[in-house]
Amino acid sequence: MTGPAFARLLRGALPALSLALLLGAIFYLQPRTMSYFGLNLLLNLAVPIALATVAQMLILTVNDLDLSIGSYVSLTACIAATWLRDTPLLGLLALGGGVLAYGALGALIHLRNLPSIVVTLGMSFVWLGLAILVLPTPGGKAPDIVRALMTWKPPYVPFPIIACVVIAALAHVALMRSPYGAVLRGAGGNPRAVARAGWSLLRVKVTMYMAAGFVGALAGIALVGLTTSADANIALRYTLLSIAGAILGGSEFVGGRVSPIGAVIGAITLTLAASFLSFLRLNPDFQIGAQGAILILVLALRALIGRAEKDR
Amino acid sequence: MSAIAKLARQPWIFAFVAAVAVWLATAAFTHGQGAGGVLSVAFTFATFFVIVAIGQMFVVTLGPGNVDLSIPATMTLAGTVSMKIMDGANWMILPGYLIAVAVGLVVGLFNVALIRLLRIPPIIATLSSSFVIQSAAIWYNRGLRVKPPTLLADFTTAKIFGLPVLAIIVILIAAVMHVVLTRTVYGRTVIAIGQNARAARLAGLDVGRVRLATYVMCAVFAASCGYVLAGFSGGAALNMGQEYLLSSIAVVVIGGTSVAGGFANVPGLWGAALFLFLLVTMLNTFGLGAGVRLVLTGLIIITVIVIAGGSRANAR
Repeated sequence: MTGPAFARLLRGALPALSLALLLGAIFYLQPRTMSYFGLNLLLNLAVPIALATVAQMLILTVNDLDLSIGSYVSLTACIAATWLRDTPLLGLLALGGGVLAYGALGALIHLRNLPSIVVTLGMSFVWLGLAILVLPTPGGKAPDIVRALMTWKPPYVPFPIIACVVIAALAHVALMRSPYGAVLRGAGGNPRAVARAGWSLLRVKVTMYMAAGFVGALAGIALVGLTTSADANIALRYTLLSIAGAILGGSEFVGGRVSPIGAVIGAITLTLAASFLSFLRLNPDFQIGAQGAILILVLALRALIGRAEKDR
Repeated sequence: MSAIAKLARQPWIFAFVAAVAVWLATAAFTHGQGAGGVLSVAFTFATFFVIVAIGQMFVVTLGPGNVDLSIPATMTLAGTVSMKIMDGANWMILPGYLIAVAVGLVVGLFNVALIRLLRIPPIIATLSSSFVIQSAAIWYNRGLRVKPPTLLADFTTAKIFGLPVLAIIVILIAAVMHVVLTRTVYGRTVIAIGQNARAARLAGLDVGRVRLATYVMCAVFAASCGYVLAGFSGGAALNMGQEYLLSSIAVVVIGGTSVAGGFANVPGLWGAALFLFLLVTMLNTFGLGAGVRLVLTGLIIITVIVIAGGSRANAR
């Protein structure tokens, strides 16, 4: 195998390698996590983060950035903990409305040629405001089915692992293997070419935004299933986590170069990074900083590999 | 007629029109009571928005993907470090400010180093560095709240004829930065890079150095804002920068600067900053709940951007 080819392989494997390394370090520090129960605890919160990251990645595919995903996940979590439990029909309608609103945003951004950063920034206020209206004080209760699913203990393999594999596989098939998925990614890579080939860019944007809204809503529901109750600020940090996760997983900011499997792996890595730091008994003051350092480290590795890729 | 038509074509006019409209709506609701006071307070708070927004505007103008997300963390770190070192001593005011500037310099250089060496988009570089900077602030602060020197506190709250002294100074700074943007080689280079970085490089412009100067300048503005804000609000707090992440970007864009880069203007920053503050004040005056207030804030911001952004697209 030649140098550049090896570098390319390494680049593709980098997200998985960093995850394996982190997992190894955690097992070494705290061998008790190497059990069904331990893994379950360790990876539980990765499921909603993975979903939010996939939602962010869908937006990244069409060269946009969603700065409102955190408050949107908070809103859907609040809806799930209140209306979806008490009046399921109203809850489903509200969640469907959220998905439609995302589609409308995509259309607005495309038609008026608006910067997604600013529109979603404005929407983050709207989602947060709606979340406060739905659930003024922390509380609510997760619907029983959701709670049952999220705490399900299947034999042999812990549920979070199954969930993450299913999420990654579905997103991979839909975006990387399906014919329309290629068009969607193409719209990020070369919008003009896709438009010339007769595809509607408007439809592409709306599809992607609605898909992101749908996956984001799933993230909110999954989160409530774990925490059993919700509050309006429950997932605000997901905005930054989802961007970092998608980038860690190998997605690029422009050009439609994304990786659904990588995104899920990136989300798990970030979740584990937090546990790893607490296993290190690191001063909590440094936890955020260390998360940033891990992010910088992985990106530095990728830059090194990228340089090797170019040396021919 | 032509003067008015020319004025109406200015990209920053929307922000001022919106600010005046919101102010009039507030004044109408209170039957003119306290309208002058509201304006004075608005100028005070808009000042802080404008300081960070000037730096953010230059960064955004560099082109797509250029945004500084480390502004809040930089503000917090500069505020914390300078307040703790000054320790309330009046003679330390100037050294304290220099320390804040030094914090900004270091952060700016760190950001550029990440962007350059790791070849990562500035959004991700400044996002990761903000984690590290925030962590440093938490570690340095240790939950203490050191009071600012009395002279600094007096200075940041002083007013002349109802207009805050700080606002007057920042209006002057904005005027200087307007000249820097439109009349200097540096400013023109920033705009040129934003319009077409490749063409700018081929034209022999030192893209790397201008980019470095811009990120460092943005961090220094953020650090300065952290310093005066800490002086104004009786000490540095760990969450003091929080709202400045969103508002710095919002002020830049509502002010008529293109998020795609290459088109910028300074006057709009003042219009947008006043608009944002007056908007929140108006919704508060109407006595709305927190939820409705947030929803309306978001919707109005988007509406202004749709109107302003649409007109810019036609102009091009």
